[in-house]
Amino acid sequence: MRKITYKEALREALREEMRRDPTVFLLGEDIGKYWGGAFKVTKGLAEEFGDERVRDTPISESAIIGAAVGAAITGMRPVAEIMFGDLTALAMDQIANQAAKIHYMFGGQVKVPLVIRTPFGAGVNIAAHHSQSLEAWFMHVPGLYVAAPSTPYDAKGLLKTAIRGNNPVFFCEHKLLYPIEGEVPEEEYAIPFGVADVKRDGSDVTVVATLYMVHKALDAAEELEAEGVSVEVVDPRTLTPLDKQAITDSVKKTGRLVVVSEDCKTAGVSAEIAAIVAEEAIDYLDAPIKRVAEPDTPVPFSPPLEQYVIPNEKTIIKAVKEIV
Amino acid sequence: METGLTREKIVGMYRKMLEIRSFEERVFELYAQNLVPGTIHLYGGEEAVAVGVCSNLRKDDYITSTHRGHGHCIAKGAEPKRVMAEILGKQTGYCKGKGGSMHIADFSVGMLGATAVVGAGIPIAMGAGLSIKLRGTDQVVACFFGDGASNQGTFHEAINMAAVWKLPVIFVCENNLYAMGTRQSIVVLIGNIADRAVAYGIPGIAVDGNDVLAVHEATREAVERARKGEGPTLIECKTYRHKGHSRIDPAKYRPKEEVEEWLRKDPIRRFKEKLLQKNVLMEAEIQQVKKEILTEIEEAVKFATESPYPAPEGALEDVYT
Ligand SMILES: Cc1ncc(C[n+]2csc(CCOP(=O)(O)OP(=O)(O)O)c2C)c(N)n1
Ligand SMILES: [Mg+2]
Repeated sequence: MRKITYKEALREALREEMRRDPTVFLLGEDIGKYWGGAFKVTKGLAEEFGDERVRDTPISESAIIGAAVGAAITGMRPVAEIMFGDLTALAMDQIANQAAKIHYMFGGQVKVPLVIRTPFGAGVNIAAHHSQSLEAWFMHVPGLYVAAPSTPYDAKGLLKTAIRGNNPVFFCEHKLLYPIEGEVPEEEYAIPFGVADVKRDGSDVTVVATLYMVHKALDAAEELEAEGVSVEVVDPRTLTPLDKQAITDSVKKTGRLVVVSEDCKTAGVSAEIAAIVAEEAIDYLDAPIKRVAEPDTPVPFSPPLEQYVIPNEKTIIKAVKEIV
Repeated sequence: METGLTREKIVGMYRKMLEIRSFEERVFELYAQNLVPGTIHLYGGEEAVAVGVCSNLRKDDYITSTHRGHGHCIAKGAEPKRVMAEILGKQTGYCKGKGGSMHIADFSVGMLGATAVVGAGIPIAMGAGLSIKLRGTDQVVACFFGDGASNQGTFHEAINMAAVWKLPVIFVCENNLYAMGTRQSIVVLIGNIADRAVAYGIPGIAVDGNDVLAVHEATREAVERARKGEGPTLIECKTYRHKGHSRIDPAKYRPKEEVEEWLRKDPIRRFKEKLLQKNVLMEAEIQQVKKEILTEIEEAVKFATESPYPAPEGALEDVYT
């Protein structure tokens, strides 16, 4: 099968959906013909679809999401890009109080079909304002779906589902995933929300990992295999809805769980997944649950400091060895 | 020259501009040598703004800064060597390597910090102005931000509050015509961002941001009003960044003629020519200043490159006091 990058896979999903449905349009800072998006995801789309449907905006995050909400409740399907995940903080009211609640609060009268795409993640030395992983903020808001693809295949399939759906979707990307290559079929496909993917089969321990950490978990699994430890890597792919079944099924098989997520540990993605397993599958566990996450600090700038806080193969291997 | 400024003051301003320029040129070289982690946003071309503004400030006055903040730090009196060390991620940097190029602060000289979140410094500057008013001192705050930042809600909310509370803040918009690849005319219909002051009932003035004396004069009046308790001013400085937005951005979105025109308006060259023409400085003195600055910047580079990186566990410190 042909291989393309995560970035190209996202672009293909946007392009195909824009060709299919004239109500789909993009808005965001520097996404148009002059820059093509800070990470070049939308490069070339303004040339094909024009400035009206690929709209460069002022630096006004709150109004970008507000515009998407207003357009979504009146017949359009906006896909908004926020240049860095950290900057969604500026649009939090529009995301959490408006987009997420309108369908419910107005008694189901109106749908809010919008997508907010944004990259999270540390690892490129751009410090505390451009490196956070804030997925859990959005998992905490009922009414939002939260997608978090780790491969080009998942990125394309989930973005298509996000655009076609009738709920607001917070679509988490990761800076270090954009250049990663993977197999993506040429023919049409979409991936349903709430269906996890077992990225590697194993029998001794379940590692649930998200976004870039899926790749770190796979690297760790490879190394552990050589030492005789069989690791199953489960990627939830969407955090809301979360495929509890797939996670608990894997835990029932292995009896051990390590959750790996790049966000801060306290009240983070790993906390939620660990809690679900504790609640629903504790009888199957042969060892305590382990969590590998960033410590509760902002992301520091200097390379040795930054590398110290980001989970990696070594910290994952250490956690696995503590319970097998 | 009929500026009312002493020769010493004028030479000091020229010197600071040159210091910032040389500093940024070295940062660029170090970046090319892979010694600077992450990204950089250089101030080259905009020196007249930081220097024209800060030359009106006392040490106990405050400034807030942006992702393009090296020049603001140096203009307010931060030590180049510790700014450089921070940019290189070293333990001896102002923030012990936690902040980096986009997040430098030196509270000892009233530099309240740079923020990489565009527009986030504007309300913080306003809050420092509120503190000055509540504490009853005659300090002032100069708040630097870009043309792009003036489209954030924070700009409008903070200026309005500063206006109604008559806070001693000078809002300095560094209009370099672009926010990343976005030309101002695509996202703002009015020609002068300074005109927005009208909406908040405060003075707004647009000046040639590549003329350090013009920036100085506009700021002098604003500072005088602020110290007297007459409230804030919005000063828009029209300027241009010589390089791309960040790192290796080739800035292809800028027409060649435009770049050339602005390079001709280089604020340092213009100031130098004026100083020579008015016999304030002689060519030999200029060469002497240049030599001294190059030595100083080389020392800063040496200090920064030879300084140690922070110990990894330091990442866990400073989350709380
Ligand atoms: C809130 C926010 N939105 C977007 C960005 C990404 N970004 C960094 S600098 C920049 C352009 C800023 O333009 P301007 O305010 O004019 O400052 P300049 O870079 O021209 O000095 C953008 C969009 C950011 N850092 N923060
Ligand atoms: Mg600008």
